[in-house]
Amino acid sequence: MEFFDLFREDRWPHMFCPGCGIGTVMNCFHRAFSNVGMDQDKTVFVSGIGCSSRIVGYVRADSIHTTHGRALAVATGIKLANPDLNVIVFSGDGDIGAIGGNHFINAARRNVDMSVFCINNFIYGMTGGQVSTTTPYKSFSTTTPYGNKEVPFDLSELAVTAGANYVARWTVRNVKELMASMEKAMQKKGFSFVEIASPCPTSFGRKNRMAEPRQMFEWLKIVSVKREKSVAWGLDQLDLNVGGQISVGEFIERNRAPYGVIA
Amino acid sequence: MQGNDACVEASIHAGARFYAGYPITPSTEIAEGLALRLPEEGGVFIQMEDEIASMSAVIGASWAGAKAMTATSGPGFSLMQESIGYASMTETPCVIVNAMRGGPSTGLPTMVGQGDVMQARYGSHGDYPIIALAPASVQDMFDLTVRAFNLSEKYRVPTILLSDAEIGHMRGRFSVAQKVEVYDRILRTDRVWHDGFAYDESLVPKFPVFGKGSRVHVTGLSHDIAGYPRSEVEVHEDLVRRLHEKLAIHLEDICKIETLHPNSKKMIVTYGSPSLAAREYVAGREGVGLIVLKTIWPFPEDLLRTAIEGSKQVMVVELNLGQVFHEVERVAGCMGCTNVTLLSKVGGEVTAPSEIEAAFGGAS
Repeated sequence: MEFFDLFREDRWPHMFCPGCGIGTVMNCFHRAFSNVGMDQDKTVFVSGIGCSSRIVGYVRADSIHTTHGRALAVATGIKLANPDLNVIVFSGDGDIGAIGGNHFINAARRNVDMSVFCINNFIYGMTGGQVSTTTPYKSFSTTTPYGNKEVPFDLSELAVTAGANYVARWTVRNVKELMASMEKAMQKKGFSFVEIASPCPTSFGRKNRMAEPRQMFEWLKIVSVKREKSVAWGLDQLDLNVGGQISVGEFIERNRAPYGVIA
Repeated sequence: MQGNDACVEASIHAGARFYAGYPITPSTEIAEGLALRLPEEGGVFIQMEDEIASMSAVIGASWAGAKAMTATSGPGFSLMQESIGYASMTETPCVIVNAMRGGPSTGLPTMVGQGDVMQARYGSHGDYPIIALAPASVQDMFDLTVRAFNLSEKYRVPTILLSDAEIGHMRGRFSVAQKVEVYDRILRTDRVWHDGFAYDESLVPKFPVFGKGSRVHVTGLSHDIAGYPRSEVEVHEDLVRRLHEKLAIHLEDICKIETLHPNSKKMIVTYGSPSLAAREYVAGREGVGLIVLKTIWPFPEDLLRTAIEGSKQVMVVELNLGQVFHEVERVAGCMGCTNVTLLSKVGGEVTAPSEIEAAFGGAS
């Protein structure tokens, strides 16, 4: 499949900033989607609000850009009303960890058959760089000018605990692993969650001495550690970055009966 | 059967095949009834984590092709406003039942009120169109539920069944026509990449249902006829004005009122549960007429104008501190009728005929 078979050429160029990780995610997704061979006309793309949510506006398929945080609830309605459709959600840390947190844990618990790709850039990018539920402890943002006093959510561990069938987290540096996880997520029955740690030099980097995209890529390299070796894993599974680390890898793969299928 | 039960059966007759909701008194019987009935009809019932999720799931189901609905009451209706605005902006057919109870806030969970009339019209942000119907009997709960679906499908606008605790819980008979008239949205299944929201003189775009290869893009952002986000002045203005215009040119079809002795010297205007007392008061009385609003939004002002022409006095009876009252005052005022009064009641009980008599009986 050519790139512009999947994306809307008439909407190009896209709106993302230089150095943003979303382009890499779209690229990986294009390859994963092609490899899986999913029927584009039977696939619906759903998103909420934020930079990551703009992806669905570029996908050449049925797509719905919903309100902030509600993507998973809308996706649930779509899948239940027509189980023949494949449902793919692009979302961000604002949608998933904050305003739509309740929808996130309940969608994972219900295990509705859908694939959720969450681009975690640790910040509210579209509104200009406010603190998020995944902003690392002590990091700066426009609303934490004295440093973040809160510890972040670990979205992937949350998905595991809430009941998702497949959970993985990678950074945009891990393109091969990310593609493989995206493919697995799309093929998995039930709720799949792939979190992608992604650079936002414009909003996150600028406030944290990483205004150059290269610096953010280096930071992701330094802080990402395989899950089984990470300090976070050793200390407290729910406390991402407590050791200044982002644990990456596949978190879980299991086969709980998806919603509506009584085992 | 209860009014809420009539709503359940009507939903099935109207073709509803998806319900998402969150339990709340006094609407819960609708959820319980559909939890039982929908699976029998091949439909889907789901209890979501809150009313925000419920309304969102309804929108998703509607785009996947199902006639979809939810039911709630005041506190839940407040939470749904976000997605009601989204449904209006994206022209998503759906039905929302609001069984009104006493407010504000948690208020009187089990007792009646009519304080959500203005919220039904203006509860979400921005200029958006809406249809709201007000049932005044168990039979109405059936008929207007079907009508709510039909209007929503026809004009692609979220439609609110503005019921109340009394009408929902009132027991009575209702009859079902041999053939219930049902309207389904007009679909399109061609590739709609560049004109997913194109419309004809009806101003209602045909519906490119998901999963048929339409490849439509839907967004709550201001959008052009392709469905693509656009922030140009003309695009936004065209969109917002058309959304209103598509109802404005079909008011004759949308607006309904019921009248008894129209153009009498004295007229009562009411809706929902107080109309029972008003009916009793008016029965057999000389010189007093009754108007029961069945459509509340868009406000049926042309019909009202015709029904009160020549009347000297108009009294509005409603279970709030005056909401429809101001609409009636405006319409009557334009006709030169300045004697418009309000019989207002809050507290959770319906108006009694004796209260209407006391407020209206002596005056002339």
